[in-house]
Amino acid sequence: MSEAAEVSVAAQAGRIAVRKTYKLYIGGAFPRSESGRSFEVTGAGGGFLANAALASRKDARDAVVAARKAFPGWSGATAYNRGQVLYRVAEVLEGRRAQFADEVRLAVGGSHKSAFAEVDAAVDRWVWYAGWSDKLAQVRGGANPVAGPYFNFSLPEPTGVVAVLAPQDSPLLGLVSVLAPAIVSGNTVVVVASEKYPLPAVTLAEVLATSDVPGGVVNLLTGRVAEIAPWLASHMDVNAIDLAGALDAPGALADDLAVAAAENLKRVVRLPVSDWTAEPGLDRMIATLETKTVWHPLGV
Amino acid sequence: MRFEYSPAPESRAIVTLRDSYGLFIGGSFVPGSSVFKTISPASEEVLAEVTHAGPEDVDRAVAAARQAYERTWSAMPGRERGKYLFRIARLIQERSRELAVLETIDNGKPIRESRDVDVPLAAAHFFYHAGWADKLGYAGFGPSPRPLGVVGQVIPWNFPLLMLAWKVAPALACGNTVVLKPAETTPLTALLFAEICQQADLPPGVVNIVTGDGATGQALVAHPGIDKIAFTGSTEVGKEIARACAVSGKRLTLELGGKAANVVFDDAPVDQAVEGIVNGIFFNQGHVCCAGSRLLVQESVYDEVLAALRRRMGTLRLGDPLDKNTDVGAINSRAQLDKISELVSSGEAEGASRWSAPCPLPDRGFWFAPTVFTEVSQAHRIAREEIFGPVLSVLTFRTPAEAVEKANNTPYGLSAGVWTEKGSLILWMASRLRAGVVWANTFNRFDPSSPFGGYKESGFGREGGRHGLEAYLDVTGSADV
Repeated sequence: MSEAAEVSVAAQAGRIAVRKTYKLYIGGAFPRSESGRSFEVTGAGGGFLANAALASRKDARDAVVAARKAFPGWSGATAYNRGQVLYRVAEVLEGRRAQFADEVRLAVGGSHKSAFAEVDAAVDRWVWYAGWSDKLAQVRGGANPVAGPYFNFSLPEPTGVVAVLAPQDSPLLGLVSVLAPAIVSGNTVVVVASEKYPLPAVTLAEVLATSDVPGGVVNLLTGRVAEIAPWLASHMDVNAIDLAGALDAPGALADDLAVAAAENLKRVVRLPVSDWTAEPGLDRMIATLETKTVWHPLGV
Repeated sequence: MRFEYSPAPESRAIVTLRDSYGLFIGGSFVPGSSVFKTISPASEEVLAEVTHAGPEDVDRAVAAARQAYERTWSAMPGRERGKYLFRIARLIQERSRELAVLETIDNGKPIRESRDVDVPLAAAHFFYHAGWADKLGYAGFGPSPRPLGVVGQVIPWNFPLLMLAWKVAPALACGNTVVLKPAETTPLTALLFAEICQQADLPPGVVNIVTGDGATGQALVAHPGIDKIAFTGSTEVGKEIARACAVSGKRLTLELGGKAANVVFDDAPVDQAVEGIVNGIFFNQGHVCCAGSRLLVQESVYDEVLAALRRRMGTLRLGDPLDKNTDVGAINSRAQLDKISELVSSGEAEGASRWSAPCPLPDRGFWFAPTVFTEVSQAHRIAREEIFGPVLSVLTFRTPAEAVEKANNTPYGLSAGVWTEKGSLILWMASRLRAGVVWANTFNRFDPSSPFGGYKESGFGREGGRHGLEAYLDVTGSADV
């Protein structure tokens, strides 16, 4: 009996479960990979969990197009509005605690308690970041006292489309901890889920799809990081790349991606995290922010 | 109408040029492996012999900076570091005329600009950052932000002393030591700055200056003893440095090229806008990374604006950079003149219409008359590539949305200009222009308290203001801002 079947039986004895098809999340829709490929995802015990979509170069490019299309709307929304939408994500996530705890436990193993702890930490992190949306501009910007008859102020702005390689070891909390800081300021994202634990990420995409996050703001790819990430790192319409999920990759993947990213001077985020439960600080949010300074003369 | 002016040359007597300059390493001038000559671009006369720093010279400079960092500078209380920076600011003010004349001789820029812009702003940068040195714990980067170590800095030839100040002042204020490489064609004010460091009794090794060409810069970028690189220059070289630092793990900030749009709406006061357009593209011969090199004019006022612009361009005085009436000085080098000429030829070949101000060019030196291209399409090279010369490309638009679309249609994102009397339109435009600096009803303004830097391929990191300190501090992991 597969692990997925085992849980279903435990949960609903005597009934054949309706299983979920785990697909990609691009532009607000859940397509299969255009390549028609999938890969087997196994649980902590080694048994079959599901077949996830094995995203291709074309899927990555489609996801970037969707993210770019969503950027003007999301970055142009008021900070208050973005904060409310992100808080709504936390609300919906909270309502699905049990489902996420099951998925996390099946993926990484461990106890019910530790699985719930990860889910609760992920919900709390959404809430923490949601509150930042309408505070960043005051903390990171302000008026500059220039020596002349000018009014001059600086404001933070999102850098654009951000490719995010989600951490490999923390399927939900790690994912939330790299996703939320990118979108809270108005960036739109193409995120590559943990290769080994992609299923909670797809379920998180369902939460996003039902939480008023506009389609295309977050686009999720599942598959092989070493296959997809180079296309994102070299994509000329991507403005930044968070290498969290490649920092421990074999060989020099992170360096290679950073070199490819130099072709259009992407902002490269390399911030190793040893404990995803620790308070994150502002580093990740700042890493995908630009500072814009505006001048205007004073006079009558 | 043309006014005749008598020559009003600034005297060169205030500057004493040495025949030959060494490298400034560990607080004194030392010989290096080989030498090259620096010339005046306005006359092609040789000004002095300057040392070319090879890899072993760079090595010595980095070692001196490391020693000064560990033994003196990083351990010194901020208030003491700050006093040295205040001293430097005052010395720049005291020797301002000498620095201005030297800058103009070596760079070719009009004395009016070096005297009124470059040198005063350089002093202001040191004065501003001096005050930060003992207040870094209050800058919002946590209670005790740390310096990074030894910083390698590579600067361009368009504002030699000012770019030095933008780089050196924040680095020193934050407790780092530096190895600075001035541009190959404009090393002299940096070497005079070295003398200023001596007069200030700056501890030896805190500032080291290695003159040379691109190879010297490469040696600096590749040096394993350096913790951070700060570069201002071309996007092409910036990308090479980004690739090198991607592997070496050095921290990096880049301030690179631009192709700024200067957007003129139909309600803008035409004379003010024309002054802004002229300042935007002909200031410093257009050798400005944030130059307003693409003029976007609303169709309904196109004829009026262009007529006023041509009239104003006709009054620009090109010639001896030391003459106090000169508006447009010499192109910095033959190589740059060739690059400008090549791009201008491409503009003509691709079908744009060229008009150059009717001004006589001197016989010797490198010169290019202020030039404007009309009938430019967005696909033309002169609308896409940074010319870095006194050449303006004019495009038109009908609606604000079209203006935004065209302004942002570039891989660069350093600066932009907006001209309109309508406040809501200014703020609407400012929020949509993807550029690090937006000048509304003004252009090419700079201040040490004002963060400067680009979006997209114009680089990353900011220089100036509280934001600029971040580039020279280890702020990762700070729980608060």
